[in-house]
Amino acid sequence: MEMFALLADGFATSLSPINLMIVILGVTAGLFIGAMPGLGSVNGVAIVLPLTFIVPPSSAIILLAAIYYGAMYGGAVSSVLLGIPGASTAVATTFDGRPMAQQGKAGLALIAAAVASFVGGTISVVLFTLFAAPLADVALAFGPAEEFALVLMAFTTFVGLGGDDVLKTIVMICLGLVLSTVGLDLISGQPRLIFGDMPGFYSGISFLVLAIGVYGVGEVLYTIETSKTAPQVTPAKITFAELGAGLKAMNKLWRTMSLGSVMGFFVGMLPAAGATPASLMAYGIARQTSKNPDSFGKGNIEGVAAPETANNAASTGSLLPMLTLGIPGSPTTALLLGGMVMWGLVPGPMLFIEQPDFVWGLISSLYTANAAAVLINIALIPLFVWALRMPFTVLCAMVLVLCIVGGYAPSQKMHDVWLIAGFGVAGYLLRKADYPLAPLVLALVLGPLMEKSFRQTLIAEQGNVLAFVERPLSGAFLAIAALFFVLPLIKYLRKGAGRRIAPAE
Amino acid sequence: MLTADRIIAGAIMAFSVYFMWHALVLPIGWNGSTGGPGGGAFPFWLSLVMLLSAAGILLRSFKPNARASFRFDSTMLRPILSVTASLVVTIALIPLAGAYVALPLFLLWYLKVFGRHGWTLTLSLTVMTPVFIFFFFEVTLRILLPKGFTEPLFFPLYAMFF
Repeated sequence: MEMFALLADGFATSLSPINLMIVILGVTAGLFIGAMPGLGSVNGVAIVLPLTFIVPPSSAIILLAAIYYGAMYGGAVSSVLLGIPGASTAVATTFDGRPMAQQGKAGLALIAAAVASFVGGTISVVLFTLFAAPLADVALAFGPAEEFALVLMAFTTFVGLGGDDVLKTIVMICLGLVLSTVGLDLISGQPRLIFGDMPGFYSGISFLVLAIGVYGVGEVLYTIETSKTAPQVTPAKITFAELGAGLKAMNKLWRTMSLGSVMGFFVGMLPAAGATPASLMAYGIARQTSKNPDSFGKGNIEGVAAPETANNAASTGSLLPMLTLGIPGSPTTALLLGGMVMWGLVPGPMLFIEQPDFVWGLISSLYTANAAAVLINIALIPLFVWALRMPFTVLCAMVLVLCIVGGYAPSQKMHDVWLIAGFGVAGYLLRKADYPLAPLVLALVLGPLMEKSFRQTLIAEQGNVLAFVERPLSGAFLAIAALFFVLPLIKYLRKGAGRRIAPAE
Repeated sequence: MLTADRIIAGAIMAFSVYFMWHALVLPIGWNGSTGGPGGGAFPFWLSLVMLLSAAGILLRSFKPNARASFRFDSTMLRPILSVTASLVVTIALIPLAGAYVALPLFLLWYLKVFGRHGWTLTLSLTVMTPVFIFFFFEVTLRILLPKGFTEPLFFPLYAMFF
């Protein structure tokens, strides 16, 4: 029952006028960012992060979490109205959302998406509340050896489950880790990788610089290339009758929505998986278990509800390991983690003990963010239709200006702005050649923790490498990591074997 | 475009070697006295893994059944290059002429020349954006953006708001 008392205290924080205003502001901003084709939660958080210096640290995190939430809701808007997913997380929403819009049911599809997002968000926040404190308690027993094993496990999920090219994934993980070592050596304090004594590198490469470069500038370049012609916006009108019909239709889909929420939550916890695969899986399951699977892809409302519940649940799920273990479950939560570290709030089990007001304030703000998001989302639909008519050139110009100014503001060094431009172009080219960017950002954020925990363990154990395996928890994590690592190899060998058998059939 | 794939893999290999060379400044081997690896070990060995993986990607692209992952619409080369160039010019101009000259110029070029928008939209955004940036960053957050030789023009504004 202690949990409820803590949560009630949290609500006292999150329902204070300033935090409530911040949640509404963040959700609205997130909805618009998510609704813009190409821009998703990770772009929104990366571009907006430097602007959050305007509010106190704990409120800044609530603001960013609200933007994250809003963007997850908003992604559905352009999937339905333009037929282009607002972010990769809303890809599955286009399958049935777009046909619905073409049949003149755009309003209904948007209501379904908003309600489904609300159900997914709320169920997953309840799960989050139940799991957070126990998981943090377990994590209290973690020493450096366990931390290292856990980070390694997080990276190997990209290799084993990421679905991207294995070699390219490994390249990106290593690149992120190497970039994280730039600056002063953690143990000896000596400068390293400062590239011919460039003073700008002494303070290392900030995660923010990489994120703004890759997800701001890089994204704009990608958008310029892929958006040659302006897409057609489908008009959507919302009436109260339609709202009633939407709620009635959604009321029949509880089974799909609860399944999508629970699955999305657990898939979202894995660093390599997250909202996009979760929503695709939820769509697939809803279709397979449906009585008339043929209606999917032709404008079935269930096909909108399933992915939207799952992607919102996954975004909550990815917050859980970030807050309790300090290991982000997605690139967006990696940025949140970086932001928290920047403000002196180090995520992990100690945060639950040292800053309970902040932790429970944040958790309770997820409830208010969900409630705010569903209301604002439905109320602002006419405004989204108008905003989606905004030409890409205006949007891109604004984003680029924000990237330059926002990149300069935190450190006030032009060096960082140049790095942003460089990372932007490099990130764009790497993305074009199918190198996954999520492991790069995650590696840069987690790199210092990984190296520090590795070397601390070895110093404490007088160089005994077996220390990592001898401790039961860290040994278990390493075993799982090894399993993830050999998974693609097994798949490859089985595929090879299959190929050899094939001619005989 | 297999060539683009190969160039990118080659560039990553070159970067790896460059990183390794810089990492050699600190000990990369086992540090006997303290236990554990030296300061250069982490970047060095990870760069080596990166080098080998990128080499694998490069070699793979020479297999007869290799398929290109890099696709490019060549008509979009010009817009991409011009936006990149404008970005570089803008950033270079910021320390010299100041953010309040460079950014409006960038917006003017982007909206009017690149985006082919009307004067009303172009001018309103070109004027409003720097005003917003000034009040947000300089007045509220007390973060001063570079002004270059236009700094004296801002003294009356500083006197008014600080």
